[in-house]
Amino acid sequence: MAARVPVPVSVPVDVPVDVPVGAHAPGAVQPAEAALATVRGLTRRFGDRTVLDGLDLTISRGEFVALLGRSGSGKSTLLRALAGLDEEAEGGLEVDGSVAVAFQEPRLVPWKRVRDNLTLGLAAPDPTGRADAALAEVGLADRARAWPLTLSGGEAQRASLARALVRDPGLLLLDEPFSALDALTRITVHRLVLDLWAAHGPAVLLVTHDVDEALLLADRILVLDGGRVAHEWTVTAPRPRHRDHPDLLTLRAALLSALGVTPEGPA
Amino acid sequence: MSVVELRSELRGAVRADPQPRPRPQLRSAGARGPRRGWHRWVSPLAVVLLWQLASALGLLPARLLAAPSQIAVTALDLVRSGTLPTAIAVSLERVLLGFAAGAVAGVGLALVAGLSRPGENAVDPLMQMLRALPFFGLIPLFILWFGIGETPKVLLVALAVSFPLYLNTFAGIRGVDGKLAEVARTLRLGRTALVRHIVLPGALPQTLVGLRQSLGVAWLALIVAEQVNADAGLGYMINDAREFLRTDVIVVGLLVYSALGLLTDALVRLLERRALVWRREFLSR
Repeated sequence: MAARVPVPVSVPVDVPVDVPVGAHAPGAVQPAEAALATVRGLTRRFGDRTVLDGLDLTISRGEFVALLGRSGSGKSTLLRALAGLDEEAEGGLEVDGSVAVAFQEPRLVPWKRVRDNLTLGLAAPDPTGRADAALAEVGLADRARAWPLTLSGGEAQRASLARALVRDPGLLLLDEPFSALDALTRITVHRLVLDLWAAHGPAVLLVTHDVDEALLLADRILVLDGGRVAHEWTVTAPRPRHRDHPDLLTLRAALLSALGVTPEGPA
Repeated sequence: MSVVELRSELRGAVRADPQPRPRPQLRSAGARGPRRGWHRWVSPLAVVLLWQLASALGLLPARLLAAPSQIAVTALDLVRSGTLPTAIAVSLERVLLGFAAGAVAGVGLALVAGLSRPGENAVDPLMQMLRALPFFGLIPLFILWFGIGETPKVLLVALAVSFPLYLNTFAGIRGVDGKLAEVARTLRLGRTALVRHIVLPGALPQTLVGLRQSLGVAWLALIVAEQVNADAGLGYMINDAREFLRTDVIVVGLLVYSALGLLTDALVRLLERRALVWRREFLSR
């Protein structure tokens, strides 16, 4: 199912005018057959501030992409546009498949028990069975009937992941979902996300401000700057990764300097 | 809110909380807290005893205020003769009819105003203007329009009830967390499902606050309405007693009013406890 986000027909200056919005500009690199999400010339202005300025991005099926950038660089704006939450973004945006989101705060509906949060809007046969299976996968089988406000931060975030995954999304958007967790919980949730990703194979776009998180999880790391993808690295180190892996250390220094942070000396 | 509840809330606020609670304003008064012991009954009992003593010594003549013992005897007589049950039935019917009409109007208008901008533009300015009217001041007009029968009494109650329910339900709907509305969009909920699963349950706590306020004001409106040309009901019983300087009957009537008020308040609290169970377990954690 192709989810086409309706966008106003307004063509960014760097795309030839005769090209329909959302199509590929002639001469642009044709996306691989496996392209799941294609963003072309995405522009978003807030007043006279341009946050996204003709951004191009292609995400392949099953790919784990991390999006880094200084605060205010438009990471969350891009994610919201992909999630269909931003009607004022201009440009081409095409996702071939369903999209699910896990937000920074878990955003569970407090008056629905955990299981009912998962089945909310779930159009599939046997929603309860699917919800219970998803809860078991994130280790919350015994919390199915709990009220969300009684969950710990880690539990709530896992429930939020389960709510996204139970929909079998082609693209899973993660908006800094680990940033509010304590360090220990974060490690276990990182592992959980990798397991879930391996088991279900959605493409993942992870917005984060944590360089190490990106290095540990992603196939590809993008750095957003000036409203576009300014830098891009492919991470080939095998998983599970350790942060002391020499490739990752090299990449880390490069990432930090791309983000405008002077890297510390070698550890 | 009664004075007792207000006081217990203030006490709750002053009492040092051993563990910080994330959202203390969510507590409902009286829902928790240690059970108060017998010592809270000492001062009220002492006042009743002094009152009885003053009456017995002739310091407090019965035409100003009857003795507590006399009031108790009169209450029993009024129950036995059927006067009091009949009066209560008549008054209760007025309150229930008025409350039902006012609740339907208040909540209905709040839904219209809360769920759409055109609805808000149409309804809210009118409601905000009308709410500034002192509704007891409308009694002369009501009598001119509806006579002196049941209609003006029921309508006055309905009017009084509709405003707290309208204002609180409207505020509740508009106060629903926008982030949850975004979640609903990412979960592909349609508008009907959004209203049903997110907006209405989200507005419910505030609506229940409105319900409690409106029940309080419903009894108040009834008391005022019943002072005007009633030929039955508690107000009539009280007015009639005044003609004969029967302060004992007047006090019985007042006590019944307050008992009925407390009873409806307890009913709402029961409702709150059931409807907001998702919040209660969190607070009592």
